[in-house]
Amino acid sequence: MADQIKLTKSDRVKVWWRSNFLQGSWNYERMQNGGWAYTLIPALKKLYTTKEDRAAALKRHLEFFNTHPYVASPIIGVTLALEEERANGAPIDDVTIQGVKVGMMGPLAGVGDPVFWFTAKPIIGALAASLALGGSIMGPILYFVVWNAIRIGFMYYTQEFGYKAGSAITEDLSGGILQDITKGASILGMFILPALIERWVVVDFSPVKVSSIKQASGAYIDWDKLPKGAQGIKEALTQQKAGLSLDKYKVTTLQDNLNQLIPGFAALLITFLCMWLLKKKVSPIIIIFGLFAFGVIMHVLGVM
Amino acid sequence: MNLNAIQMILVVLVAFLAGMEGILDEFHFHQPVVACALIGLVTGQLVPCIILGGSLQMLALGWSNVGAAVAPDAALASIASAIILVLGGQGKAGVSSAIAIAIPLAVAGLLLTIIARTIATLMVHAMDRAAEEGSFAKIDMWQVIGICMQGLRIAIPAALILAVGAGPVKAMLNAMPAWLTDGLSIGGGMVVAVGYAMVINMMASREMWPFFALGFALAAISELTLIALGAIGVAMALIYLNLSKMGGSGNGGGSGTGDPVGDIIDKY
Repeated sequence: MADQIKLTKSDRVKVWWRSNFLQGSWNYERMQNGGWAYTLIPALKKLYTTKEDRAAALKRHLEFFNTHPYVASPIIGVTLALEEERANGAPIDDVTIQGVKVGMMGPLAGVGDPVFWFTAKPIIGALAASLALGGSIMGPILYFVVWNAIRIGFMYYTQEFGYKAGSAITEDLSGGILQDITKGASILGMFILPALIERWVVVDFSPVKVSSIKQASGAYIDWDKLPKGAQGIKEALTQQKAGLSLDKYKVTTLQDNLNQLIPGFAALLITFLCMWLLKKKVSPIIIIFGLFAFGVIMHVLGVM
Repeated sequence: MNLNAIQMILVVLVAFLAGMEGILDEFHFHQPVVACALIGLVTGQLVPCIILGGSLQMLALGWSNVGAAVAPDAALASIASAIILVLGGQGKAGVSSAIAIAIPLAVAGLLLTIIARTIATLMVHAMDRAAEEGSFAKIDMWQVIGICMQGLRIAIPAALILAVGAGPVKAMLNAMPAWLTDGLSIGGGMVVAVGYAMVINMMASREMWPFFALGFALAAISELTLIALGAIGVAMALIYLNLSKMGGSGNGGGSGTGDPVGDIIDKY
């Protein structure tokens, strides 16, 4: 037992760095397999020295693999632990290693997609975009820094966790924690999404005037009777503060009426329409073009 | 606006980075808010490009590669539309027509992505042969070639747009009538909904809809920022998870409901 081969921290950091390029050779046949083998190479190089062992190791890691790119990290960690034991003579065969990979990639992708793609990305993206819309450089910087801090931290920590926990992680993760994380992320996502819809989907029917009522004398500022110069401005501001209307006619637009129900109602309806169309297997691209066409037509008709 | 040689090289480099990330999905250089800002940075048109990036990011919130599905290509859309915005020389005024150009580009990028992923199939076959030989170096090489191919997927179209030059791009933008550009920007306001709809369809369940209703009602309070809403959401998620566990243990254990006040009330 004296000459056991151990993967050092620096080996694991090398693997972690390569895992940043996991999807580089993503293909329709075996998906992430090339990147997976590429990621493990620093460890395989250390563990296996003969040509036969190396060829066997590479072949076994070029099998089909596909998961969410970030949650691949705990699987990489577990695989490192298994390969290390195997290189030291433990009876772990190809089937076991492939079984662990396949067994973990499905459930973990089920966590990675809602947590990263459907919760973290829309929230960070919307926050950064709202800064960027104002022309602030903080938008892109915030997105880049926050996103990568979360991602890099997650990938390194879970890879180490996977390596230390070895195969025990599979049982651990298929238990309650996994479901809790998925459900918690879904709750957060479902709570934040309507806020994003309300604030960022712009459906404006302002050009449509529902009514135009001439207001009673004294309910609006009579611009002709104001004193001249600065005195007049001051008087106008005072009257406005007292609740007087700026115009003689009170114009109510369709948009005002909709806003009284609840702001963002039309945006919500558009979103539900899109969800329904997507469920009917209409391509998102066609819906996007349709909405552009709708916008142009409604604008030409003077409705929006 | 015309760019000098150094700026053009930098633009193509940024495009290359974005193309790489379009497949890697790790550092997110291809996300519109980052990609457009980088193009703006190297061309000296920072502010209009940041605004373009923000608008496109709103559109792209729900675009993600799930499983084997390919999302509309944010990389080509943001890089190419940012270059066109810069070449057009209209500054902030050109943002809405640049957004309208970005959508067809995202579709074109989708096709390029599918082609690139098919070519990658050949590369992993080369990796299989390298594995037979036990050659680590060759696997590394093919992985790097694969990544570079994805970079070129965006860098080549970017170079083509630069080669055509500012004149034709500007003429094309000026040829668009006002009713069309205004109408497109109105459409752009609604198009964001598609991304959200995709995400909701993925996550929605009977259990989740009440949270959607809560979020919609609370969002009407404009004093609540996204960070505040996020805090409320996290708190609700934790409370909900804890409460649903208490229900389970209460049925199993009998007395230990995990709710001291409830226990006291029960005893009286």
